[in-house]
Amino acid sequence: MLRHAEPVMGTVFSFAVRDPGPDTADVLRRIARRLHRIDAVFSPYRTDSQISRLDRGELGVDDCDPEVRAALAACREVADETDGYFTERPGGRLDPSGWVKGRAVEEAAGMLGDAGARQYCVSGGGDVQTAGGPWRIGVAHPLRTGRLAAVLAGDGLAVATSGTAERGAHVLDPHTGRPATGLASLTLVGSPGTGIARVDAWATAAFAMGPDRALAWAGRRPGVEALAVLPDGTKRWTPGLPRHLPAVGPADFRPV
Amino acid sequence: MRRAVVSTAATAAGVVLLLSLKPHGAAGPAPVISSGGAAGSDGSASGSAGSAAGASDATPAPSASPTGAGGTGGAGTVRKVTGDAVNTRYGPVQVAVTLSGSRITAVDVVEYPTEDRRDREINSSALPLLNQEALAAQSAHVDVVSGATFTSDGYARSLQSALDRAGR
Repeated sequence: MLRHAEPVMGTVFSFAVRDPGPDTADVLRRIARRLHRIDAVFSPYRTDSQISRLDRGELGVDDCDPEVRAALAACREVADETDGYFTERPGGRLDPSGWVKGRAVEEAAGMLGDAGARQYCVSGGGDVQTAGGPWRIGVAHPLRTGRLAAVLAGDGLAVATSGTAERGAHVLDPHTGRPATGLASLTLVGSPGTGIARVDAWATAAFAMGPDRALAWAGRRPGVEALAVLPDGTKRWTPGLPRHLPAVGPADFRPV
Repeated sequence: MRRAVVSTAATAAGVVLLLSLKPHGAAGPAPVISSGGAAGSDGSASGSAGSAAGASDATPAPSASPTGAGGTGGAGTVRKVTGDAVNTRYGPVQVAVTLSGSRITAVDVVEYPTEDRRDREINSSALPLLNQEALAAQSAHVDVVSGATFTSDGYARSLQSALDRAGR
């Protein structure tokens, strides 16, 4: 297993490749350069990024890298797909990070696949895209320190978790402008064919929805399952989630 | 001179830990892989700022054991691996793990941000959480954990970096 960790985009991207080839190290270097480039264009924390300059009116969209327009368009698609529970302006300021990070994970995974890897796992700050497998993916418990709320296992899954555990109530409900408080965490699992870019953005939106709406929404969407941990510790999940649970193993989550 | 960080102590259940943190500014720019010896920088062993957080079934076990630089790795299966310092939005975070064979037996926080009160708030909850999470994740044999961000994420990935160096 070849592993690599790359600090970038205010977090760390981690790579695990079970079938590394002679080119894998070089591909990882190219991926790292690409991630730093994405950060330079999109970071809302860099005053000189195109996103920051666009937000201040110093640039127009046409002056930006074409992928800025594409990302903003994707944000609007996600907003449409999620009944307006996603926005590229959380808190009012232009910040498409809710799309960009997951998209970066998916692109990095795609670059590994293009280079011939078939068994790999990419995590961007806890947003995970796997290929091949099976991979065992722990879901951090939002309330019980040091525990996993679930262990998921499968091939080619995408897993994203939005929660309050480490940042408090920071996801705003775009419809009210107030922090969403109905959930402690919301994890979405995308089957192969549903990549982490959308799964990650959807997880943010679904968190803002609260448990009832989020589970109903995920249940209607093919290829997506959800695990919700409520503020009182209660777990709820979509009917199809259990097929992503491992057959056996320590600390596995069992829907009881 | 003692060059030590105070080890965390983990029970068999893997939930108990004691954090002891080095003074801020003791940055270790170069990742160190050590066998038995402790990684870190100048300064004597820091005072214990132990924190056994969280779950009701966790019991503080302050059996911290400073690891001296004179420790020998030898042919034993116990070794200590220090991860890269990861620059997070709040400052650098670096951890070291002690492995017995391929099992994590301790997690040390070598460096963490202490710049202001907000940082302390974040770290007082997030770092113990992640310490425990790492141990729990080990017992669950997971490849990766979904759900962390920011400082704790940097921490988690620094741990992952240490595991990478351990060849897991």
